[in-house]
Amino acid sequence: MDRGEFAIKVLSPAAFVVAMFVAWELVCVAFSVPLTILPAPSDVFAALWQYRDPIASNSVVTLWTTLLGFLIATVFGLLLGIGVGWHRAIYAGIYPILVGFNSVPKVAVVPVLILWFGIGEVPAVLTAFLISFFPIVVNVATGLATTEPELEDVLRALGASKLDIMRKVGIPRSLPYFFGSLKVAITLAFVGAVVSETVGSNRGIGKLMLDAQAAFQVPIVFAGLLVLAVLGIVLYAITALVERRFTRWAFRGQNAH
Amino acid sequence: MAYGRGTAAVKAVEEVSLDIAKGEFIAVVGPSGCGKSSLMKLISGLHPPAAGILTVEGKPVSGPLKSVGMAFQNSNLLPWRTAVENVLLPLEIVEPYRSRMSAERPQYRDKALRLLESVGLAGFTDKHPWELSGGMQQRASICRALVHEPDILMLDEPFGALDAFTREELWCTLRDIQAERKVTVMLVTHDLREAVFLADTVYVMSNRPGRILKRCEVGLARPRDLEVTYTQPFQDIVHELRSLIGGRH
Repeated sequence: MDRGEFAIKVLSPAAFVVAMFVAWELVCVAFSVPLTILPAPSDVFAALWQYRDPIASNSVVTLWTTLLGFLIATVFGLLLGIGVGWHRAIYAGIYPILVGFNSVPKVAVVPVLILWFGIGEVPAVLTAFLISFFPIVVNVATGLATTEPELEDVLRALGASKLDIMRKVGIPRSLPYFFGSLKVAITLAFVGAVVSETVGSNRGIGKLMLDAQAAFQVPIVFAGLLVLAVLGIVLYAITALVERRFTRWAFRGQNAH
Repeated sequence: MAYGRGTAAVKAVEEVSLDIAKGEFIAVVGPSGCGKSSLMKLISGLHPPAAGILTVEGKPVSGPLKSVGMAFQNSNLLPWRTAVENVLLPLEIVEPYRSRMSAERPQYRDKALRLLESVGLAGFTDKHPWELSGGMQQRASICRALVHEPDILMLDEPFGALDAFTREELWCTLRDIQAERKVTVMLVTHDLREAVFLADTVYVMSNRPGRILKRCEVGLARPRDLEVTYTQPFQDIVHELRSLIGGRH
């Protein structure tokens, strides 16, 4: 990375983050905003440090429920996506169901899940899964459904079976779509886990924030939000890195050489 | 052969009878949309005929022929594979190579490398398609069509998207490949000079539904040099073919 690129990719985001916190602090001081409405960053960081142990332990819970839900969504989404993209008739038939399912707000599903599985981590994992598999299915199915017919002809002319064509052309070709959807799915899984924790749970960042809110400990609520934001960025960055690693050919022209 | 169904069906090819000898190089020329590509898809078994009989090497064609190698106007190389990996693709599909692939991968790789070298891609075997020029991609595509040693090579306007100089270079590459391997070649093209330079026999097709208007044997001696394209006999053949195809002037 040369100096110009370093300035753009590292210094620029850092400068904007610092500027955001400074502006936030200044607004709070200048208008003497009460702590219970909007705590200044200094108060938030102080709360973060003071309650670091409960915040860390609850973050770990949220993190693993998110990741487990995301993992299930990845496997399920990939398989269903291949199934849906396998044939145009399946694609056309199952798509409306998927869209309908995706339109149901997941926060409305959480009480049902709690009814079935009780208060705990299971509803969080399932909510993370339910909210995040949709983009994976749609992307994989679209990647498969839009394979160029000429590409298929090359293999069909050799006597390749449908399975061969999927393995050699369809699936590799839809990998960029798949990894692209993972970036969206991971953030959604995170949202799902936290939503479920907020509705009914004994542990997790969502639950911590709910308790803090009930006790008017607003700086802790904001500390929780901050942790969520940072975790979200980290998870997104990891998925983006994996995407680059596995589908370098699709990023040609940007950083191909 | 027809596309669509019932009264809306479009007859693409009608009453075509081709008799191609083993090792012969034939070219099919005709106006745009006359069914040249359909004819090729028919012979390769990609599309079943609506009526009539199609035999290759005495056997009726019921499905895709494994003894055929195909290349199209688009090189259709897989962008996630390097040139040599692209050339190896047919060996991963076609028997008997397919079942030996895991055991003999190094030998197959050598074979693919030699093939790429023979068309002048020695330094580019590990490059991805987007790192190759259009001409190079098309060379790799032809290698892919040849690697499983097919008896018949079918080329559907393989040089149509290239500039004139690259195209002439690739004519010579194709000429040498065919002379060396004695493979039967069916070239679909709308470039009459290309057809006459490369082929033993040129078939002219009419407008839709495509029929064979004329079978023209190119009497020019082999091996042919590019210089031959500037001689009078060559020009005469091209001129005659041009007048058959018609169109507005």
